[in-house]
Amino acid sequence: MNARPNDTPILRAEHFTKYLSGRKILDDCSISIYPGDVKVLIGPSGAGKSTFLQCINCLLEPDEGEIWLGDRKVDVRNTRELCELRQHVGMIFQDFNLFDHLSAEDNVALAPRKVRGMNKQEALKRAHAELRRVGLEDKARLYPAELSGGQKQRVAIARALAMDPTVLLLDEPTSALDPELVGEVLTVIRDLASHGMPMIMVTHQMEFAQAVATEILFMEQGRVIEQGSPDELLAPGSQTRTQDFCVRLHDLCGGEAAAQE
Amino acid sequence: MHILSTIIEALPYILEGTLVTLLLVAGALSVGFCLGVPMAVTQVYAPKPFSRLVSFYVWFFRGVPVLLLLFLFYYGLFGLMGIDVGTVGASCLVLGMTSAAYQSQIFRGAILSLPTGQLKAGRALGFTDLQSIRTIILPQALRLSIPGWSNEYSILLKDSAMCFALGTPEIMARTHFVASRTYEHLPLYITAGLIYFLITLAGVTMLRRLEQKVRIPGYNTAGM
Ligand SMILES: Nc1ncnc2c1ncn2[C@@H]1O[C@H](COP(=O)(O)OP(=O)(O)OP(=O)(O)O)[C@@H](O)[C@H]1O
Ligand SMILES: [Mg+2]
Repeated sequence: MNARPNDTPILRAEHFTKYLSGRKILDDCSISIYPGDVKVLIGPSGAGKSTFLQCINCLLEPDEGEIWLGDRKVDVRNTRELCELRQHVGMIFQDFNLFDHLSAEDNVALAPRKVRGMNKQEALKRAHAELRRVGLEDKARLYPAELSGGQKQRVAIARALAMDPTVLLLDEPTSALDPELVGEVLTVIRDLASHGMPMIMVTHQMEFAQAVATEILFMEQGRVIEQGSPDELLAPGSQTRTQDFCVRLHDLCGGEAAAQE
Repeated sequence: MHILSTIIEALPYILEGTLVTLLLVAGALSVGFCLGVPMAVTQVYAPKPFSRLVSFYVWFFRGVPVLLLLFLFYYGLFGLMGIDVGTVGASCLVLGMTSAAYQSQIFRGAILSLPTGQLKAGRALGFTDLQSIRTIILPQALRLSIPGWSNEYSILLKDSAMCFALGTPEIMARTHFVASRTYEHLPLYITAGLIYFLITLAGVTMLRRLEQKVRIPGYNTAGM
């Protein structure tokens, strides 16, 4: 996973530092995504995981650091380059953020129409294809308020996919869901991963992370303090901070989380 | 009997004034809308100096009586600026600029009540902020604004009676004119009052219909 000097990564975030209200929230964090990578970010609440993710597509502008798309450095002050970066990087939010005034199909079709200039028919056709991919073609006409949490998150995934992202960022995509709805969303994400969609995912679903991740990054107090393959970091008795964290996570909500999988 | 014939005789004249009143209200609401929306967007999203400018505008137009504004612009500023739009035009503009101050605050409140995630989701998909505001924020905010806007309509309708002071030939001016000739004050003003009442009711009903029509299925706007 790690050193592959011959390839260029699809996306590189280098030496990100971010201050919020005078506090250093992100301290020299870097990440590189190669084709087929699934990187899982874990760490305690307040570690800066969401901040890191939002710096990568510049929803929060990092105070220091560079973003590279392939072998091109992105100038995030340039609106055109910024919008282009964001088209390459799809994002899935914890609380879905579907456009409440639009039906599922229009949620998915909006960005292809407005950002990529597709005509309406074309965009809707694409929307239906993406909704089929997440198993929601029959819900195309429903509005967000008429969908369950799991269905909303799957529409959000379809919406991101309709822009042909080269990388997906997922910020705790299942933690706002009722336990019985977590599975359907994880199934979609696992399916994407198995088709080689590169992604960076923040999650506390450790069984899922262990099964899908190519690399786990453990964050604490704004720094990535451990990173490696799940086998390295999670091996019983490996004495890593990651392992320790997962054991405690498991003790806290282990029974429930295990029942999900 | 004499009273009734006075009213019937005066009615066409007053109804013509009703058209002028409707024109004033439609014009002022439109001016207020066209100014109010960009003002609200500026106040919420634009850098400090611009949003300060809007706040100053709102503060000024909300802090001064409409009657004073009518005189200030019609007899003062419009003359200085060399603008001659007649009494109806001037009334429309002044009422419209005043309404813009109030409407902008209705829209601003609606924009602020939307979850911040909406704009974030737009940005994350590659929308520019202006695109997000146009296609994501405003369609939702304007829906939420309809009840407040309906209120603004009914206030503006009644404020339009003050344009009488400029000699704008609307309901109030015409009723006053007839009343001062015939001395039938009571029946004539009751008639005018009924007309105002009916226009208010019709407008508010239409806006409530509109609200139902553009309602988002399943979306709970109770309490708005
Ligand atoms: N706008 C802000 N101003 C100041 N501090 C902030 C702001 N947003 C976040 N923080 C702080 O930054 C830190 C990191 O927040 P972040 O949301 O990135 O953590 P996280 O790792 O995603 O946590 P969680 O698991 O709870 O989602 C927290 O301590 C939080 O209090
Ligand atoms: Mg978070």
